[in-house]
Amino acid sequence: MLARLDPMSEPAIRIEGLRKHYGDLAAVDGLDLEIPQGEVFALLGPNGAGKSTTVEILEGFRKRTAGDVTVLGADPQHATKGWRSRLGIMLQGTSEHGALTARESLRYAASLYAHPRDVDATLDAVGLAEKAGAKPATLSGGQRRRLDVALAVIGRPELVFLDEPTTGFDPEARRQFWTLIESLREDGTTILLTTHYLDEADHLADRIGIIAAGRMVALDTPGGLRSRAADARVTWTEAGTSRTEETATPTALLREILARTEGEVEGLEVVHPSLEDVYLQLIGEAAGTAGTSQAEGAAA
Amino acid sequence: MTATSASSAPAWTAMARSRLGVELKEFLRSREQMVFIFFFPMMLLLLFGSVFGGQEIADGVSFAQYFLPGMVASGILNTGFQSLAMSIAIDRDEDVLKRVHATPLPATAFFAAKVAQVLIVSVVQIAALVAIGVAMYDASLPSGSGWWTFTWVFLLGTAASTTLGIAMSSLLRNAKAGSAIITPIVLFLQFTSGVFLVYTQIPTFLQHVAAVFPLKWLAQGMRSVFLPESFEAAEASGSWQHPATAAVLALWVVVGLVLAVRTFRWTRHDDN
Repeated sequence: MLARLDPMSEPAIRIEGLRKHYGDLAAVDGLDLEIPQGEVFALLGPNGAGKSTTVEILEGFRKRTAGDVTVLGADPQHATKGWRSRLGIMLQGTSEHGALTARESLRYAASLYAHPRDVDATLDAVGLAEKAGAKPATLSGGQRRRLDVALAVIGRPELVFLDEPTTGFDPEARRQFWTLIESLREDGTTILLTTHYLDEADHLADRIGIIAAGRMVALDTPGGLRSRAADARVTWTEAGTSRTEETATPTALLREILARTEGEVEGLEVVHPSLEDVYLQLIGEAAGTAGTSQAEGAAA
Repeated sequence: MTATSASSAPAWTAMARSRLGVELKEFLRSREQMVFIFFFPMMLLLLFGSVFGGQEIADGVSFAQYFLPGMVASGILNTGFQSLAMSIAIDRDEDVLKRVHATPLPATAFFAAKVAQVLIVSVVQIAALVAIGVAMYDASLPSGSGWWTFTWVFLLGTAASTTLGIAMSSLLRNAKAGSAIITPIVLFLQFTSGVFLVYTQIPTFLQHVAAVFPLKWLAQGMRSVFLPESFEAAEASGSWQHPATAAVLALWVVVGLVLAVRTFRWTRHDDN
């Protein structure tokens, strides 16, 4: 069997003071993060925030300017093939070229690992069983991404990197993908995914890191993030006019409204802040404090 | 690398063989590769053979017979240099190399598979060219020592083409512009190295330019294999120049290897 890290001691990923500069541009500007084994972690942030740069440093594709990085007990800058065999990597973007069918690609990939998953079962899990004999050119964008997911997990990796995995998916394909990620989580696989989709991070991740201008502006559980914006918005119609009030104690406000109203309260709505509200607020704050768009374009 | 994962990892040879299967499928299923790399020399042999074939360029040697070793040499250059440079440049542009690099496939196994694919395609291509030459243009198969000459010229020529092709792929920063850069280079060499034109009939200074590059020596080496001994006197130097051929091709192998190793990258040039 593969040698697994001691679950009690060693995190799957440890980042300390990570920096990546392109000339004067700081794409990653002092990042600290620890991801324990078995966690599903979502890195969220606007385009150019440094998500992909960070992930590609962790994958051993880019050299860092400063900081310490340990992935599965090793420095990715000195990647060995033994280390690579424990990782599954899904890059951003996909190629429509390639002469191999989906099944042939997976068979080949499986031949590189000691304990690969079953090819047909994996095709089935990503919903490509019926497209097993199709080449990339005849697959849709979403189907090609699902093949990329299959290729990333075929070697039974301990740690999987998924860089914007569901971009271009229709809602059904996204749901199917989520189910796949949940089954990986049950196997104890550590997963680091980057995404633009808040609902995806909310649904899948144990923890979410929000990154803006190369810095971590928030690191919390989805619930923890949501609770940051404590004020709820209460909307109702009273005496023919629509009213809105933001309050930390919506129940108390409701009691007041009910006490002075006979029968039904028109247009009554209590909205708790969504993750999106929190996210936009955090990104907005980061843009206000850090030199706005300094990392733009560098990490896309 | 932990000892346990290393001991259970697939063997190098198994991974290289698996990769070779991928490389062969990619080649065989690509219309561009099959038409412009694999069948092109055969089409040219038939075309030039039927147009100029009858002309005698020396005692008992027709142009078609002269053209056969030239096409064999060109085929080696096409398959090793042109095809490899283009396909690796495109694979780099489309992040295919990056994806390969992300897997446990060792780099040595990857390149071994590439080289094996070039060797297999070249051998089949040469066999077909020779078969056409024998069947239609009175070409004769090499004699006993001719096979030995064929073997070392073929291997050195393939090694030089392959290493230079891998090196060239790194210079093609934009794969789409690749064929616009590579095709003129290959055409220039084919016109000056005794492939499309008889070497002794081109201006001396062009002969000197061509003599710097491998194709001239590859073609001359193949002529020494496929043309009668009497033709040796009709060569520019009056000799097959085997030692010089071996030396120049070996030098290009070294140059190609150094350039390939120093310039090769798995990721795009703008990806760092």
